[in-house]
Amino acid sequence: MTAALAIEQLLNGLQLGVMLFLMAAGLTLIFGVMGLINLAHGSLYMVGAFACAAVASLTGSFWLGLIASLAAAAAAGAIIEVLVIRRLYSRDHLDQVLATFALILIFSEGTRWVFGSFPLYLNIPSILQGAVSLPGGVQYPAYRLAVIAAGGLIALGLAALITRTRLGIRIRAGENDREMIGALGVDIRTLYTVVFALGAALAGLAGALVGALQSVQVGMGEPVLILAFVVIVIGGIGSIKGAFLAALLVGVVDTMGRFLLPHLLATVLPPSEAGTIGGSASSMLIYIMMAFILAFRPRGLFAA
Amino acid sequence: MISREWTVNAALALALLAAAIAAEAAGQVFYITLATRIAILGLAATGLNLALGLGGLVSFGHAVFFGIGGYAAGILGSHAFSGDPMIFGLEGSNSMPLIWLVAALAAAVAGVVIGVISIRTSGVYFIMITLAFAQMLYYFAISWPAYGGEDGLSIFVRNAFPGMNTMKPLSFFLISFGALMAGIAILAVLRGSRFGSALDVVRQNEVRAAAVGINPFPVKLTAFVLSAMITAVAGALYADLNRFVSPSMMSWHMSGELIVLIILGGTGRLFGPMAGAALFVLIEHNLGELTERWQFFLGLILLVTVLFARGGVLGFLAGKVRHG
Repeated sequence: MTAALAIEQLLNGLQLGVMLFLMAAGLTLIFGVMGLINLAHGSLYMVGAFACAAVASLTGSFWLGLIASLAAAAAAGAIIEVLVIRRLYSRDHLDQVLATFALILIFSEGTRWVFGSFPLYLNIPSILQGAVSLPGGVQYPAYRLAVIAAGGLIALGLAALITRTRLGIRIRAGENDREMIGALGVDIRTLYTVVFALGAALAGLAGALVGALQSVQVGMGEPVLILAFVVIVIGGIGSIKGAFLAALLVGVVDTMGRFLLPHLLATVLPPSEAGTIGGSASSMLIYIMMAFILAFRPRGLFAA
Repeated sequence: MISREWTVNAALALALLAAAIAAEAAGQVFYITLATRIAILGLAATGLNLALGLGGLVSFGHAVFFGIGGYAAGILGSHAFSGDPMIFGLEGSNSMPLIWLVAALAAAVAGVVIGVISIRTSGVYFIMITLAFAQMLYYFAISWPAYGGEDGLSIFVRNAFPGMNTMKPLSFFLISFGALMAGIAILAVLRGSRFGSALDVVRQNEVRAAAVGINPFPVKLTAFVLSAMITAVAGALYADLNRFVSPSMMSWHMSGELIVLIILGGTGRLFGPMAGAALFVLIEHNLGELTERWQFFLGLILLVTVLFARGGVLGFLAGKVRHG
């Protein structure tokens, strides 16, 4: 185990963290403003990845694909908001879970219908291929580094949007008192559609960015969705700041746990058992962490 | 007085029994298996109905108890088959009643641990934390190689029930059907008891329950643990039905499906889960024959049910729940 490898793993953890943030930001905004639990957020992530892969293979340009992913996911989000989600705001969480679970079935099977069962591949743009030398002799893929940077920039942009713009003021007002901002003349239905489409676009972008690292396939959004739930529960539902810090925490703990636990256990156990137990324990680590945090702070670290 | 709901309930139960017997008479083993699936999924959802329908605890991780039951059957059965002792030198067993007991006890232990932490939270946090616990054990089952890991564990010979040949489809159906009826009876007794009334009050308004001297926490925890135990017994039966158990029994899709069964049938109704399971299995079977895209249409049906037909099958057949 070398320092260079540890730094590489740490960066991988950060990269997972910022992608989780893109997912979690939308989920937590949607919950904070509309009080809606949206299981179909993972489907929007998948829509973004498929749109990017399809456009990139048609035009040959990854960048056009990224734009397509934002547009397709935002459009899909706006459409389901108007057709389905809008009817769920006044319902209890159980109905929301079920209706969005139904949307997952529809999206997954619909995507399989259009694109077939085989995974698509998305190539990393040529300008970001290859590795970058970092201080300390670490070679790290340029694309992953760009993903970390992009995630960080989007987080800053989102913070600016929410704290500095008129739309942000309305979003925050909507979180505090939705009847009152309706009474003040804000068109709350449009605001909800906009917030939902914004969350969807972020999820779609995350799907496209990760799609170039993994394969683009049906069901790719579900593991990420569940991790994003863990993130927003740890961060405190409705809190963007909480989501950002919890996303980095979950990303780093998950990646470093998988890397370090087998090594740590190998000092006290025979290697094969250390690998097995370390593997099992590290896949449970973030859930154990979540249980601990919730046992002491049942509403998350930064409850709104 | 026999209410309309009880007439519908009796008709549903008899229809399932009659369908299996008719299938046996016609030599259609496949349909007996379908009926058995309905009974077992109905029992699993009946367990969840205690927490979700009667207690208002929207557990999105009940598949974990279903899986624990499945692994109890698989692990005990495989040790009995191979003759190897388990940990602490305990013998395996292929006796279903013993397996159900072990399944229920194991689920009770897991239910207490998960419940104590989860029930401190409420609303959307409860949904997500139960989901997260289920994922935790799901990944554990996947990465633990001793009992098959991701590939699952095959049960070579279906476990035995005293006095019956469980390999005969109708016998196994009758065992499952009996278990379903027992599960529904337990729910009926609990609902009519002092505990059931307390649970009802806690579901409707915790503050008022506390004000009249009912501490909500132990009531909810008891409902959650009992619910886990019933679902685990169904899991053991399900593993025996398929003669296979794998981590997918614990997946969050399974948790979602269990909730779907309750909603399709009618939330909080005694026979709702069974009606929902029947509808679900029939949709799966019939749509599956028509199109391989059946999940797409299942999604549409589910969406329409949630948005426009809240009462489910029993709401349609037996009218709205009377309050009081």
